[in-house]
Amino acid sequence: MTNRAIIGSEDLRNRIRDYIVKYGFIVVTVVLFIWFATSEETFRMPNTIFSMLKFTSVVAIVGLGVTVAMVVGGLDLSVGAVAGLSVTLSAMTMVIYGLTGITAVIVVLIAGAAVGLFNALLIVVLKIPDLLATLGTMFIIMGLKLLPVDGQSVSSGMTLRDGSTAPGKFTADFLLIDRATWGPVPFPVILFLVLTAATWFFLTRTKWGRMMYAIGANPEASRLAGVRVRSYRALAYVISGVFASIGGLILSSRIGQGDISAGNSLLLDAVAVALVGTSVLGLAKPNAWGTALGAILLGIVITGLTIKGFPYYAQDIAKGVVLVLALIFSFTLSRKKSRYVSAV
Amino acid sequence: MNQGDVEIRDITMSFGSNPVLRGVDMDIPHGQVTALLGANGAGKSTLIKVLSGVYPQHGGTVRIGGEPVHLITPADSRNVGIETVHQRIDEGIIPGLSVAENLLFERIVSGTIRAISSLRSMLKPAKEVAQALELDWSDSFLRKDVFELGIADKQLLTLARALSRLPKLLVLDEPTSALSQVEVDRLFEVIRRMRTRGVSVLYVSHRLSEIESLADNLVVLRDGTIRGGQRAPFNWDIALTHMLGEQAVRAMEEFQERRGTQVCLSMKSIKLFQRSKPFDLTVNKGEVLGVVGLLGSGKSELARGIFGADKFLEGTMKLGGIGFRPSAPAAAIKRRVFLVPEDRAAESMLPGWSIAQTVSLPFLKQFTPGFILSFGAERSEGLRIIEDLGVIATGPDQDVDALSGGNQQKVVVGRWLQGEPQLLLLDEPFRGVDIGARREISRKVRFVAGHDDAVIVLTSDIDEALEVADRIVVLVDGEIRFDSYVTQTSREQILSKMSEVA
Repeated sequence: MTNRAIIGSEDLRNRIRDYIVKYGFIVVTVVLFIWFATSEETFRMPNTIFSMLKFTSVVAIVGLGVTVAMVVGGLDLSVGAVAGLSVTLSAMTMVIYGLTGITAVIVVLIAGAAVGLFNALLIVVLKIPDLLATLGTMFIIMGLKLLPVDGQSVSSGMTLRDGSTAPGKFTADFLLIDRATWGPVPFPVILFLVLTAATWFFLTRTKWGRMMYAIGANPEASRLAGVRVRSYRALAYVISGVFASIGGLILSSRIGQGDISAGNSLLLDAVAVALVGTSVLGLAKPNAWGTALGAILLGIVITGLTIKGFPYYAQDIAKGVVLVLALIFSFTLSRKKSRYVSAV
Repeated sequence: MNQGDVEIRDITMSFGSNPVLRGVDMDIPHGQVTALLGANGAGKSTLIKVLSGVYPQHGGTVRIGGEPVHLITPADSRNVGIETVHQRIDEGIIPGLSVAENLLFERIVSGTIRAISSLRSMLKPAKEVAQALELDWSDSFLRKDVFELGIADKQLLTLARALSRLPKLLVLDEPTSALSQVEVDRLFEVIRRMRTRGVSVLYVSHRLSEIESLADNLVVLRDGTIRGGQRAPFNWDIALTHMLGEQAVRAMEEFQERRGTQVCLSMKSIKLFQRSKPFDLTVNKGEVLGVVGLLGSGKSELARGIFGADKFLEGTMKLGGIGFRPSAPAAAIKRRVFLVPEDRAAESMLPGWSIAQTVSLPFLKQFTPGFILSFGAERSEGLRIIEDLGVIATGPDQDVDALSGGNQQKVVVGRWLQGEPQLLLLDEPFRGVDIGARREISRKVRFVAGHDDAVIVLTSDIDEALEVADRIVVLVDGEIRFDSYVTQTSREQILSKMSEVA
């Protein structure tokens, strides 16, 4: 009798726990949103919401790249540096070389893919652990991007090395990347949603994504099941590099100049939202919609705190709390053992 | 003082709503070896963990010499005189520490040995511990990092450590799975000596021959309760019926030797180790080739080489008459050469993956009719394998982690069978697998060979090989010592070939 009663209550506890793990994070997001929306008039204005989504989109897109690297059991620490590189590179292409906005976009995307390939070379060929290899790449990129611009931010009308004035400027079409809207919806938000859907589709509905998750779960078992582990790990880093460069493009278009400090804070935010994303829907593994939701949650928290008049450093505290909370969902409460995140 | 019968009464243990032990009653008399037999998933491991203090939430009582003992933590269990050697050797070993420190680990933790001690000062007490198993380990060996040890030496280390504490109840969970015959003999001798000292021994094994030669009593665990007890000499028919139920026993089939005539795989001048001589080997279609070899004989190297997981030092292969030189498993799989690897947890299982996903992984192209993966096709294939091999599972969406070892193995074997192998390699497919699952897998494997494909089963167990193979090859030190059809040889002959030292 007592035994059965114990079993019954334990069963109930487990079920409640599973519900919390599954929906807890979404509930937290919705509750926070409602709290800010009911208490602050500014917060519930559509403009505020769209601008919040707009500034979230950069973190989210870079976070999607991190997510893909995490799926193969790795982590890409070079994404912030790549985004920063994109800002400088796009500015150089247009301002110093006077080329078109389209050219800048192509140059930046190629650069992102190239950094991804370099990471892949370090990790897959030279067998350096992911974390350490991308840490090295991060420093290299951060320094390297300053070399051609003598450590200066690039802005139109600046004086070049030879004393002449820079011939070009940020083109109108390039500036539209951040400023265009579709109805009330800013283009970066559309891009963010499209890329999230595409990443989700790729990771969960195609055989390539499935093989990437397999590598993250058990690389040796994947290899022995015929998965070309090295190729897919390399691909993951290329995707991560490209996503980081797309984030950099939006950032560059937003700032309208080649600010050398741009992208510096992106790495931690992007990794944080990807980690937060692992806790969404109790999946306990990196996933695209989770990352998107994580980014939105972070956006809500930061916007809400700002409107409520909290000082800027409250943002970091809030981010940290959100991250720790998410990790508790993933590691403590979830009964699934997550290999993906523990590999980090 | 070491003496005391162990009485286990009404032990219950549940995981969530899933009762694993439903009231286990058994006696382990002192000075006797009691063998515990049970299919995978019967609850053996859970019972052992209750005894070793891992599950404080269990129900029921345990008495040693009439005194009730409380098994709340592993330390409790050790303090009342229960020593357990777990099946997973790595659970008892701390890599990064020396052999000596590992031998003395519990004393270091308990503070009997000062926290800061020179390794040299530990050599003498460590040697005494090793002596419990009559291991004559040298100083330089004791100084080694355990990480460098082979699996057999690690096993001996944990055994010696348990024996040196002079337990009242010694629980051994599949202690011989990594040992050679010589080491098994030595272990048995020590166990027999423990028996005369009045220790109660609980011996858990799948190997009937070991139980036959060692045990005084036999109990069978099935579905979380004890189903039958016997005293030696044992009636194995009754024991197996208790263990598997009537049906599984009746399903045993008569064995018909088959001989293939066409060559599937021909290997030339294959060299497995630097010090071994190259050999040739042909594998025929339509028969099961059993490669028998002990740990370190090169059988895994042979399997992994054919599969492209590793490269042979030298040699060439032809598959179906065409050159075969797989650069990676993916290349071998394309030619429909498949491997069921030796270490299921490390090399086959993807934690958190469902049966359906595990099944489809090597053949994702087949499950992608257009551009999109078909979850429905995966599920129905998973279901087909569950039914076909009798996997005990709730359905194709169940996590593989939740399955017992035997059922996991069925899933892995099943997924390769669906790919219609030209050559199927199985490395120790029966390790940690109960007899029911073993029969089912054997039957399937023979069925494949019956369809004119080739199968290689690599094992260290002669009986397993004789049960499944048409032809036996003995591998010693990376060289082939013997090659015969089973009807033309005997267990004794194979054994003598295995133990021949070149």
